[in-house]
Amino acid sequence: MANPPSLPTVVLDPSGEREAVARARAARPPALRGRTVGLLDISKARGDVFLDRLAELLGAEGAVVRRYRKPTFTKPAPVDLRQEIAVQCQVVIEALAD
Amino acid sequence: MLPTDGVVAVVKRDCPTCDLVAPLLVDLRRAGHVGAVVCQDDRGFPAGIDVIDDSDLDLSWDLGIETVPTLLRLAGGREAARAEGWSRAQWEQLLGVTGIGRGLPDHRPGCGSATLDPGRADALLVRHRGGILTSRRVELGELEDPFEAMFDRGWSDGLPVVPPTEARVLRMLSGTTRDPAEVVAVVPPGLVACTVEKVAVNAVMAGCRPEYLPVVLASVEAACSDAFNAHGVLATTWSAGPLIIVNGPVARAIGMNSTGNALGQGNRANATIGRALQLVIRNVGGGRPGPGGIDRAALGHPGKVGWCFAEDEEGSPWEPLSVSRGVAPGRSAVTLFAGSGATPFIDQLSRTPDSLVRTMAAVLRASAHPKLAPAFDCVLVVSPEHARVYRDAGWDRTRLLAELTDLLQLDAAGLTRGVGGIAEGMPAALTAAGGQLPKFRPGGLLVVHAGGRAGMFSTVIPGWASGRTGSEPVTRPIDGPA
Repeated sequence: MANPPSLPTVVLDPSGEREAVARARAARPPALRGRTVGLLDISKARGDVFLDRLAELLGAEGAVVRRYRKPTFTKPAPVDLRQEIAVQCQVVIEALAD
Repeated sequence: MLPTDGVVAVVKRDCPTCDLVAPLLVDLRRAGHVGAVVCQDDRGFPAGIDVIDDSDLDLSWDLGIETVPTLLRLAGGREAARAEGWSRAQWEQLLGVTGIGRGLPDHRPGCGSATLDPGRADALLVRHRGGILTSRRVELGELEDPFEAMFDRGWSDGLPVVPPTEARVLRMLSGTTRDPAEVVAVVPPGLVACTVEKVAVNAVMAGCRPEYLPVVLASVEAACSDAFNAHGVLATTWSAGPLIIVNGPVARAIGMNSTGNALGQGNRANATIGRALQLVIRNVGGGRPGPGGIDRAALGHPGKVGWCFAEDEEGSPWEPLSVSRGVAPGRSAVTLFAGSGATPFIDQLSRTPDSLVRTMAAVLRASAHPKLAPAFDCVLVVSPEHARVYRDAGWDRTRLLAELTDLLQLDAAGLTRGVGGIAEGMPAALTAAGGQLPKFRPGGLLVVHAGGRAGMFSTVIPGWASGRTGSEPVTRPIDGPA
C-alpha cells in the first residue's frame, strides 16, 4: 500500500501578530512657520540642552514650540503624555542624547 | 444518538476482553438493560444487534473513554457511573441486575481505547478543541524541516525550539484552568496584549511541560509589571535579564532543582520556564538583540536565554524568600529580579558567622563597581555549607541582613570620583560631607538559599538600576494548576 500523503505541519504563530507593517508617515509639512512643534525630553542627561537650542532655532523659523518631558528614559512615555502630544502638536522631535 | 438515561457500552472489536463479553452485551442489549452499544472500529461488532458506529471516535472522545469495554450509566444526559474493563461485581452494580456472565471469569482488564492511540489522539484533540485557539496558523512547507523552519522565521533565541503544533499547544493549555483568551500582560517593547494562549505557544517552544505553565504565566505577569520594567531591563546596555526565583510547593510538584547545580544546566523545569519568558518577550513583545533590535546589551550573560531556579526551602535556615517578601507561608510564588550574571566566591575557612559575613560583605562591596554606593540591587545565593555557619550561630535572615548592611556602610571619601586613581565613583557633591554611603538601598539585597551539599562557595547576582527609573524585584503568587 502506498504511503498516504503526509499532512503539512501546522504550527501556531508565537508572535504578537503585528506584522512589521510599514505605516505611512504623515506628510512632511513644507515649512514649520506657524506649526506647533513638540519637543519631548526623555530625561537623559543634557537632552534639555540640545532641546533648548532646538527650541531657539525653531522659534526663529516661526514655529510654535511646546516642551514636554517624560519621567524616565527607561520606560515608554506614559499613555496620557503621548495622547497630549498627539493632540497638541503637528510635528514631534524626541531628544535622546547621551 | 445516545439515550439521555440508561446504560451505554463502548467496545472495540480489536480487544480480547470486548470479544469475551460480546455475547453478554448482546443479551443485555436485547433485554433492554443496555440502551446502546458503541463500537470504535467495526459497526458490525458485536454481531446480532444494532451498533452505533464511532469509527471517527467523536462519541468516545466526548464520553472521555480511556478503556474498552466501558459501561456508562447516564442520567439526564450526564454520567452517573462508569465501569472499565469486565468485572462482574461492577457491571452488576451499575446495571442493577445479578447473575450475569455465567461462564466468564470474575473480571478481566480491558484494552486501551482507540482515542488514546498515539496516531489518533492528537488529531482528535485538535479536531475537538482546536477551535478555542485563535493564534494564526502557519503552514510549514512540505519539505521544510520543522525545526529549521522555526529558525528561518526568526522565532528562535539561537537554540532549537519545539514547533508549536496545535496539539502541543492544546496539551500545554491543560496545565491551567485559565481561559486561553484571557490577556495575561501587555508585553514590551511592542506593548502587545499577550493571551494565555500566546504564552502557551511560547512555552511549548521553550520545551516546557504543561504543569510548568502556571509558573510561566505568573512570571510573565510579574515581568511585565510597571515595577519590574521589562522594557528597561531589555533595552539597557547593561547585562541584565529576568531571573525567576520560585518558592512554595509548586517547585517540588514540577520537579525543579534547588540543590546541586541549581543555577546550571540539567533540569528541564529550571531550563525551560525562564526560556519561555524570554521567548514571550522576544516573539510576542518583539524584544530581541541584533540589528534593529531593542535589546542593546553590550555583553549580556548566559542566563539571558532564560534563568530560573527554586530556592532550597527544606535545607534553609531561613523562611522562604517569598515569605520574607509578604507571601503567605505555603503559597507558591515567583520573584522576578533583573539579574546581570552570577559571580561566585570562595570562603572555605570561615567557621564563624562574623568571619563569613565579612567575606560576603567584601564581595558585595565590589558589585557593579567597588566605588559605587548605593549601587544596583543584589541577590545573594547562600549555599548549604555557608548557610550552616549561620544556622549553627542562630543568625536568622534579619540578623544576616542587618550585619551585612552595617558592614556595607562605606566611607564616602573613598568612593569619590578620582580617588584611588579611578575616575569612576560617586560625585563629590554626595561625598563632600563625609560620612558613609550604603552599598544597597533599603531592601536592595535579597538573600536566597540554594545549592548542593558540598562546596563552600556562594554566589552574588548583581541587578540593575533600582527605583522608579530602574527595575524593582517583583514577587507574585502563582495561581493553582488545573
